[in-house]
Amino acid sequence: MRAYKVYAIKDGTVIDHIPDGQGMGIIDLLNLRQWNRTVTLGIGFHSKKHGKKDVIKIEDKELTPAEVNKIAIVAPTATMNIIRNHKIVKKFNVELPETLEGIVKCPNPACVTNHDPVATTRFFKENGKKIELRCAYCERYFKEHEIEVI
Amino acid sequence: MKPFKNRNIISIKDFTKEEIMHILNTAKKFKIKVNPILLKHKILASLFFEPSTRTRFSFESAMERLGGSIISLAEAKSSSASKGESVSDSIKIVDKYCDVIAMRHSLEGSARLASEVSNNPILNGGDGANQHPTQTFLDLFSILETQKKLKGLNVALVGDLKYGRTTHSLAYALGMFGARLFFIAPPSLQMPSYVTHDLKKLKAKYSTHTEPERIMPKLDIFYATRIQKERFGDPMEYEKVKDAYIITNKLLTKVKKNFKILHPLPRVNEINYEVDNTPYAYYFEQANNGLFVREALLALVLGKV
Ligand SMILES: [Zn+2]
Repeated sequence: MRAYKVYAIKDGTVIDHIPDGQGMGIIDLLNLRQWNRTVTLGIGFHSKKHGKKDVIKIEDKELTPAEVNKIAIVAPTATMNIIRNHKIVKKFNVELPETLEGIVKCPNPACVTNHDPVATTRFFKENGKKIELRCAYCERYFKEHEIEVI
Repeated sequence: MKPFKNRNIISIKDFTKEEIMHILNTAKKFKIKVNPILLKHKILASLFFEPSTRTRFSFESAMERLGGSIISLAEAKSSSASKGESVSDSIKIVDKYCDVIAMRHSLEGSARLASEVSNNPILNGGDGANQHPTQTFLDLFSILETQKKLKGLNVALVGDLKYGRTTHSLAYALGMFGARLFFIAPPSLQMPSYVTHDLKKLKAKYSTHTEPERIMPKLDIFYATRIQKERFGDPMEYEKVKDAYIITNKLLTKVKKNFKILHPLPRVNEINYEVDNTPYAYYFEQANNGLFVREALLALVLGKV
């Protein structure tokens, strides 16, 4: 049985193939506890590709591009299913854009973005298999585990 | 090639090889010929939030020699910056009084941020441990001047490669131009991984060494930097390595004819004073070249060449 059918939703988003254990983080990242409709978190679903996975279903919400980008950082394998009237109308893999504006905090304490009130962070995606970002300001490279989403 | 008028000079990574060559060729013209009224009625704001007498003098002298004038932060300690004013606020205010801004600030990325809030071009005179592009251009200018090429040169970067920002940008630029790099440093002060990461992407050839002796006969350029005692947690560790990187005439017995020694200055004891009188010493000429490079950059970004 497909995960999204366990508790089928009429309209909204199903975030599937979240790496095992990351689901809770995404709930907080997207501030979903504040969402005034039902949000379902499934932990430890069987996944053919990844062994185990988490699944989140959000009723009556289609995610913004900025929200999808945040998910791409913490759950690069996630797939998005947009549900309208019980049908999947759109399905896509999350993908990090080339430039991330105002989404990630620079881990470098000497970076101007951590000191100047008008500075918005900007990061560039580096080419490679693993997630790696470069700060447009201090020009340092950061790996996935160092990255903190704002 | 993007036009230089109104362009910011923030990081060496913002420039293509062709653009770098254009800057170096323009600097060469300024070295040959004086231009006493080229920047008449133009005002440079010299904002050194962090003191650096040498770089500031060089920028200000360059502007004066081209007939321009200067407004400057006399003493960073008494200025609004030390009273907690942000970089962006300081720049927005000064921007109205000038045509071009040269700045140094301890925060990394401060010059990039300044360029985003300023209408006038920004020349980065150093943003913390990040970039100091005018130093890189004058280093490249001096190498090109003495060797007539950049590609295929054997260049040693020596001393504190971990914290020495000049060697980071220079390594990147030389990597772009296809020089062969030798990083000579104590293991605890070797080139950081984010620099070698870039070099790998550029497919630049480099190797790491702990002592200079064996590779001296191969080298075209020896770029020395200061090893600072404060960088060592253990003073014993400093005592062990400090003498290994001092250049004396004895070290120079087997070098090539075209061999030159560069140093961003100030030196402490990395280059023995006896070396100053050899044909290999080029560090004072190199510092002097900073003037022509900065003249060229001021004229370029103000659209006067
Ligand atoms: Zn940064």
